Amino acid sequence: MAIESEVLVIGGGLGGLTSALAAAREGADVRLVSYKQSTLRQASGLVDILGYTPDGDGPLTDPYEAIPSLPEAHPYRKVGVQTVRDALSLFDDAVPTYEGEHTDTNALLPTHGGSIKPTARYPAGASAGLASDTRDTLLVGIEEMVDFDAPHVAAHLDATGVPFDVRGETIRFPGDLRADAKVTRYAKLLDTNSEVAVRGRMVPAREALAQRVNPLLEDEERVGFPAILGDDNPGAIRDALGDHLGVDVFEVPMGPPSLPGLRLEDALFSALDEAGASIETGNPVVDFEGEDRIEKVFIEKNGAKIPNSADQYVLATGGFVGKGVESDRDGVYEPVFDCHVPHAADRYDWFEGELFGDHEFARYGVATDDDLRPLDASEHSEFENLRAAGSVLGGYDFAAEKSGSGVSIATGYAAGQRAAQEAR
Amino acid sequence: MSDAETPPETDFDPVAPNTGEEFEPVDVFPDSDDFDLRPGADSCFKCSTCDTNCPVAEVDDDFPGPKFQGPEQWRLKQSDDDHEIDDSVMDCSNCMRCDNACPSGVPLSQMHNTARGEYVSEQMDKLSVEYIRNRILANYRTSAFLASKVPRLANFAMNFGPARWVMEKTLGVTSERDFPAFAKQTFRDWWADRGGQVQSRENARAARKRRGLPEDADKKVAYFHGCYSNYNTPEVGKAMVRVYEEFGYEVVAPEQKCSGTPMFANGMLDDARRHAETNVSSMSELVDEGYRAIASCTSCSMALRQEYPELFDIDGVDKVAENTFEAVEYLRIHEDLKGEVQAADVDGDLAEEFAYHAPCHSRNQGLDRQAVELFRDLDGAEVEDVGDSCSGISGTYGWKEEKYEKSMEIGEEMFEHMEHAEGETGMTECPTCAMQMEHGSGYEIRHPLELLEAALVE
Ligand SMILES: Cc1cc2nc3c(=O)[nH]c(=O)nc-3n(C[C@H](O)[C@H](O)[C@H](O)COP(=O)(O)OP(=O)(O)OC[C@H]3O[C@@H](n4cnc5c(N)ncnc54)[C@H](O)[C@@H]3O)c2cc1C
Ligand code: SF4
Ligand code: SF4
Repeated sequence: MAIESEVLVIGGGLGGLTSALAAAREGADVRLVSYKQSTLRQASGLVDILGYTPDGDGPLTDPYEAIPSLPEAHPYRKVGVQTVRDALSLFDDAVPTYEGEHTDTNALLPTHGGSIKPTARYPAGASAGLASDTRDTLLVGIEEMVDFDAPHVAAHLDATGVPFDVRGETIRFPGDLRADAKVTRYAKLLDTNSEVAVRGRMVPAREALAQRVNPLLEDEERVGFPAILGDDNPGAIRDALGDHLGVDVFEVPMGPPSLPGLRLEDALFSALDEAGASIETGNPVVDFEGEDRIEKVFIEKNGAKIPNSADQYVLATGGFVGKGVESDRDGVYEPVFDCHVPHAADRYDWFEGELFGDHEFARYGVATDDDLRPLDASEHSEFENLRAAGSVLGGYDFAAEKSGSGVSIATGYAAGQRAAQEAR
Repeated sequence: MSDAETPPETDFDPVAPNTGEEFEPVDVFPDSDDFDLRPGADSCFKCSTCDTNCPVAEVDDDFPGPKFQGPEQWRLKQSDDDHEIDDSVMDCSNCMRCDNACPSGVPLSQMHNTARGEYVSEQMDKLSVEYIRNRILANYRTSAFLASKVPRLANFAMNFGPARWVMEKTLGVTSERDFPAFAKQTFRDWWADRGGQVQSRENARAARKRRGLPEDADKKVAYFHGCYSNYNTPEVGKAMVRVYEEFGYEVVAPEQKCSGTPMFANGMLDDARRHAETNVSSMSELVDEGYRAIASCTSCSMALRQEYPELFDIDGVDKVAENTFEAVEYLRIHEDLKGEVQAADVDGDLAEEFAYHAPCHSRNQGLDRQAVELFRDLDGAEVEDVGDSCSGISGTYGWKEEKYEKSMEIGEEMFEHMEHAEGETGMTECPTCAMQMEHGSGYEIRHPLELLEAALVE
């Protein structure tokens, strides 16, 4: 016996989650298995479709418009513009706490490094911070959080020519938190609104924080904090702070570990749960059985190999970071099914001289046909019932193009939907 | 690192957690006792994902979190022979959530367990109240064994107010909690009275006949009941036996001691090893005879599967790990459990809506969704997940007087979700989570095996 389903999705990142959700909504009996937590916990939580062309032109105003002129090997070209749109609608429906769906145009968001970034969807918590908004802005940094130096970020933003005045101030977070407190510690304190000691008096955390910021506020109409404002109730926390301060409050997305990424992961998992899929995390898929078709895959649990079988499979194990693509002295490979990964034979051709050069390496991943089936070295599909989605795919450089989440969502959607249709 | 601005690939070269080849549990100190975790420490690229998973760091201002306890502390130790283990390692509750997080496969909980072991054996004062208290809490089996001889008296004495006050003041065991009641008849006594293995073989044969299976089919499991279902909740053990027999399995209940979970959490590795040796020796013989080790407590299965091979070099330890399963999990793999549950219904006592909490140690085995998904289509009962927060008790952690408040703060989210859930009966696989659920909500708590028994066994 094996654990059975119609569609089995391998990998629990944005690609796998969207895939499983699309398949489940298509009516298939879906199971998602994932090893570790996804790269979402490290990502900003912003959903970029396309910010720059592969040649570095941009920031792009309309990402959809640019898709038809992408190189043929690009995942967006495989699925087509309409699928990208449909996939984003599925995302909007599953994650109602995100904004940006009212327009095709990229939004411009300030980053915690002080630059402006074109993005397609952003958490509601970031929306009062849009760079196209002309209201004057105060950024508030926390002394202990060195990766958000508010005056510095403000100066950077100012230098980009934003259409508003922006200032940065640094405060001590109320209560006696340790110097390297975790983002989740701040979030929990604000979520539960627990009391903290401020000059010997116990004050609820949200109020205490507002009291710290109040005297610093001049005539700014909005205040931005690093993204630490709650895990479970971010909306309520922003509202409470906003009421105390009499301004709009927003969060600036942060680097890893990222609360917005974590919240997005939670939202997608609950959407998947509601759609009736089965989910198992914590153990890797390490092996499979089958020739032209995959019959079974095996999940490794402390030495035991647990068989899982399905009619259709989706490979969404991520790129180099998620460990869906790996490299060693001999080359680049895909470790679960050993799908072919096209790459230059000579290691020295993988990289450019400069650190941020046009590295071929960044585009490595499996190549597929238009149905997202991985192709072997002679361009035949590797397995008739396997599709690939997300950053395990080659042909694009998410960091340079700013297309990471968009590609994962679009290809995840396409792979999941087609797998479900075939399984029925 | 800023959002997608800096390509993260460039400085990322961790050990592969999944190479596609044979998966090797990280063998840290194969032949010696020196705790060298350097290879694991080196593969940490400081992304702090583990820190976002730590329920203790979320509420405790003194706790520096898993990244510090693990890779950072090992690096310090490596560069300075005299570096002492930081005493904050005693604040880690060994929930093992950080293990599941690390994209780089750093063996975090193993690092914490060894660090704690070293701290306790080399730095802790063996005459201190804390040491004595921890030792008593960790050796629950001994207290339970004694108490089970006189369950009525023990139930009274353990929760006798003035005695509890003294325990808190002198030993640091919180008086806020009620000690779990001891059963009048232990599971093992019930098992023996019922006729032990001989009776089980007969029952299994009868079931196989009923099901049209070959009567001599080779279906047999060795039950690792653990301390709790033996002394406190024998109904869970009974449910396990009846459900397995119903599917035609012959059950044995081999000699066993504590799984060691509370000892790991308190750094009592020598105690844990002694118990592990007994457990591995009795289970490995049975595995050779074709039995699989089955546990109904997810911390017990976790110990046999992961902690033993990580920490101890005992003959047969890997073999036992590979052949250990959680009770419901094994049936899901080998039987059409889903189909049978879909065709069944429950009435009576267990026709309930349950507020289900997945224990941290089930999470690490990938079992956190099992009960909810399995019972989705069961007529007459409803199982609702109350979210992914830790219950906060973490075995002995929540029994310590100085940790009690934190334990309740961690559990607060779960209590709230329980209150919002439809059901007023709780469900979980972990006995101490069950204690915490009951303590925080007043609900009665059941084990999924009990519901399975009600659904499938006549
Ligand atoms: C630091 C950082 C910042 C980013 N910032 C942005 C941004 O601002 N905007 C944007 O749009 N995008 C951003 N991205 C990119 C975006 O987050 C990713 O492209 C996207 O999330 C990738 O999703 P995925 O599902 O393809 O892969 P992943 O998220 O890598 O998920 C892969 C999953 O597969 C699992 N897995 C791997 N091997 C196995 C196996 N053998 N068996 C079972 N499971 C397995 C892994 O454990 C993991 O859960 C960023 C990425 C990083 C790393
Ligand atoms: S085991 Fe649990 S308490 Fe200990 S460091 Fe890891 S996550 Fe934190
Ligand atoms: S999750 Fe792993 S790599 Fe990241 S900080 Fe923790 S131990 Fe290091």
